[in-house]
Amino acid sequence: MVRNWIWVIVSVLAMIFTSPGMSRSGDTRMPSLVVIDALSHLFDAAEFDHDLHLDFAESCSECHHHTTGTDVTDGRCLPCHDGSEALDTVACGKCHVAQPFSAEYLRKRQVEGSFYHIDKPGLKAAYHLNCLQCHMEMGGPEGCQDCHTRNETGEAFYYSGRFMPAGKQSGDGH
Amino acid sequence: MSGISRRGFLAAAVIGGASTLVGTPTRGWSANSFDGYPEGMGVLVDLTRCVGCRSCEAACNHEQGLPEPDLPFDDMSVFDQTFHHGTQKRRTDENAYTVVNRYEPEEGGAPVYRKIQCNHCNEPACLTSCFVNAYTKTQEGAVIYDSKVCVGCRNCMVACPFRIPAYAYSSALNPVVRKCIFCYDTRLSQGRPPACVEICPQEVLTFGYRRDLLKTAHDRIRTDPERYIDHVYGEKEVGGTAWLYISAVPFEELGFDTSLQREPILANAQDFLSNVPMVLAIWPALFMGFHRLSTKGKEREEESQSFDREEG
Repeated sequence: MVRNWIWVIVSVLAMIFTSPGMSRSGDTRMPSLVVIDALSHLFDAAEFDHDLHLDFAESCSECHHHTTGTDVTDGRCLPCHDGSEALDTVACGKCHVAQPFSAEYLRKRQVEGSFYHIDKPGLKAAYHLNCLQCHMEMGGPEGCQDCHTRNETGEAFYYSGRFMPAGKQSGDGH
Repeated sequence: MSGISRRGFLAAAVIGGASTLVGTPTRGWSANSFDGYPEGMGVLVDLTRCVGCRSCEAACNHEQGLPEPDLPFDDMSVFDQTFHHGTQKRRTDENAYTVVNRYEPEEGGAPVYRKIQCNHCNEPACLTSCFVNAYTKTQEGAVIYDSKVCVGCRNCMVACPFRIPAYAYSSALNPVVRKCIFCYDTRLSQGRPPACVEICPQEVLTFGYRRDLLKTAHDRIRTDPERYIDHVYGEKEVGGTAWLYISAVPFEELGFDTSLQREPILANAQDFLSNVPMVLAIWPALFMGFHRLSTKGKEREEESQSFDREEG
């Protein structure tokens, strides 16, 4: 009887600590894996291993700026956000919008006229600028397809793979 | 056949040239007082962010319905292509309205990638040079053209300070000039950013109101002066362009023409052109008047003399 209960407890604990929705750190709000499929029209979803990157980043603030309650490292955030509390949601997409150049968003920014956060990149650029910059500094993978492989539409878009142009000469000048 | 004879043309040229010496320039409607349309859009190109992925070239190709390229858009060997004995990197042509080139900075370090396309001048030289009025500068900031009107004279290719308009040499029946139109038909006129901006993963290309982009550009330079050269290329060049560039490497090392004047190209010709109506309309009447006044008395004398003779 007791042995059965031990097995139940062990299996429940195993489920908790190995479930994909939960981080190695045990913080239920932190994902261990983030699937980014915003470019799914050209690329397969990128699987961002959040746990793995905990080892590389010295502080949550390196990617999350001033939203996680950890010491702010970006000098541009410090004047206002030094010692700020953790926010309820720290996902990139909460602040970085998917369509930063839509007419509505450009108008909205004009009306609101915020003096700060005026040069905030959109979600796609927030990922690429942050990820690629660090990958270059740390020697991480840098190729497009190292993070997201192209699908059929993507191959056609870049005229690569089986859509490669055939029988043409290059470099013949203008 | 021709409406103007060689003699007539030379005479007009001499008169016109002389009039620039004596004529008074009319600064009242000077071209360089125009700062662009207030609601004009633009794109800020931050060269420190570009990684040379060429996605913008691919997006342009599909958006504009351009033919299949010679090499795939993920083929980076195109950066090694040179023309005219290695003096010329890739340029825009009838099949590619934008191209990315790679430059090696003199002081070493990572290569810099530079996207070129039409810069959509506030006061375009192509528009000024076009005698059939094929070009239009729209309120949204785009410099577009009507290829049905184009007669293929290629004046705009000569006039463009950035050497962007290209000629459809391959077309035997209807060769016209071709260039980037800021995706005006399919996107800009509906308030959407051009295809190259939308595809750019790094937001090298920031789309917005030109006046806002100037602030953003100067703000980036101010907050990170060690990263950027203190210059926004296109803010003042040839009267200002809708597309603006900021860079970490001196612009002359990246193939930019840094010797361009600050006034619009039109300013070079307007002093002369503003005198043409005066020379053609006022001078003939004025000198005819002088002639008539100075010969009026003599004619009457001659008439009366011959009358006298007949009488006598």
